[in-house]
Amino acid sequence: MSKFFTSSIGRKYAMALSALFLMFFLLQHFAINILSVFSPNAFNEASHFMGTFWAIQYVMQPILIFGVMYHFIMGFILEIKNRNARVVKYAKNNGSANSSWMSRNMIYSGLAILGFLVLHFIDFWLPEINTKYIQGDMSGLLADGEGYRYYEELTHKFVNPLRVGAYILAFVFLSLHLMHGFSSAFQSSGVSSMRKEKLQAFGKAYAIIIPLGFILIALFHHFNH
Amino acid sequence: MNLTLKIWRQKDSKTKGQMVDYKVTDISEHMSFLEMMDVLNEQLVNSGEEPVAFDHDCREGICGMCSMYINGEAHGPDRGVTTCQLHMRMFKDGDTITIEPFRAKAFPVLKDLVVDRSSFDRIQHAGGYISVNTSGNTQDANATPISKHDADEAMDAATCIGCGACVATCKNSSAMLFVGAKVSQYALLPQGQVEATDRVKNMVAQMDLEGFGNCSNTGACEIECPKGISLENIARMNRELLKATFKS
Repeated sequence: MSKFFTSSIGRKYAMALSALFLMFFLLQHFAINILSVFSPNAFNEASHFMGTFWAIQYVMQPILIFGVMYHFIMGFILEIKNRNARVVKYAKNNGSANSSWMSRNMIYSGLAILGFLVLHFIDFWLPEINTKYIQGDMSGLLADGEGYRYYEELTHKFVNPLRVGAYILAFVFLSLHLMHGFSSAFQSSGVSSMRKEKLQAFGKAYAIIIPLGFILIALFHHFNH
Repeated sequence: MNLTLKIWRQKDSKTKGQMVDYKVTDISEHMSFLEMMDVLNEQLVNSGEEPVAFDHDCREGICGMCSMYINGEAHGPDRGVTTCQLHMRMFKDGDTITIEPFRAKAFPVLKDLVVDRSSFDRIQHAGGYISVNTSGNTQDANATPISKHDADEAMDAATCIGCGACVATCKNSSAMLFVGAKVSQYALLPQGQVEATDRVKNMVAQMDLEGFGNCSNTGACEIECPKGISLENIARMNRELLKATFKS
């Protein structure tokens, strides 16, 4: 089995599995964030549950961090290996004749997403870890004790137009990454083409709807704060 | 038509190569690309220069010998054809055509446009066959019924001529379409089942050993393949390897 995961195809499976896991996480993240548009209370309740339930915090969160790190590190390793597989480059290469821009530039859309994740961690994840595990405040309440803090923190972050702009740009890159990544994950997993055609249509919809949804949430809070 | 050719010239595998410009005149649009190269070479020989070395054999799209990366595409701008089947009518008078060898670490250049594709042979030797005794006891072909769908899929995979266009066109120099086709043509037939586990494991291990890159599913190989080998063969190879890993 260890030989399998060090083979080129084994790595494809591992990349695909981590991608499928991350896409599922993204869907769940979106489902909670969209609540903030319709009901601050529901968003607060859901955020508090996700932020304090032991199985999410101590089981799913480490798996997620591992999944993100694995996907990025293996993505870079494969990119380096792939570049080394062609020592002399072509003087003229017409890549657009046979493949999409998205499929040829996954490393760049991935790097843009990585840059966004650093910003996102500084914005939300690190303050959350600080509040809960360093200051030891697991209550999830505002400083005055009147209600949960999550909705306030979310809307506060989207006041700055530069941050909103950075988020929008990052989600455009996420959409481009998913345009190829969704169907690619299923192809790597060995899903046959009959089922893949329907999956491709679903993948395109996912790659547009989810990032667009995140963009609309950021804009909604920016203009309604 | 009159054309300017930018061709990769390289004395041997150890010498550094470079692009060299040539002019060819009075090229008929009915000529094949290789016939145009013959005209150039005749011109070079007549002027005492070294002709451009390039691979070719059957010149009817079957042998898989001709290669060439023409204007940024393996086997040139036409679809479903090898370089020998590419016609000059695909180009216009006054065009500049860039001609390079198939490039991959696993396909080192031997001379000019000739590359060493023996890495494909070694992958085939690792398992791209079935072990049967054919000395007089050959079973009747119709004794083992095979569904039409499987027979067609196996035949489609078997049309791979091993030219290496998939590797040349892949941005990662991956050989997975070739290996996928070779694994698939046996995986779909009962005769291939006996050695299926070892076949896929050994062929993939040899592919990795040869220094090909990793497939990232751009689909470029499928588009440029002169025989239209489908990406489905890569998916099937992935399934076969997973199955083989669990079996052993």
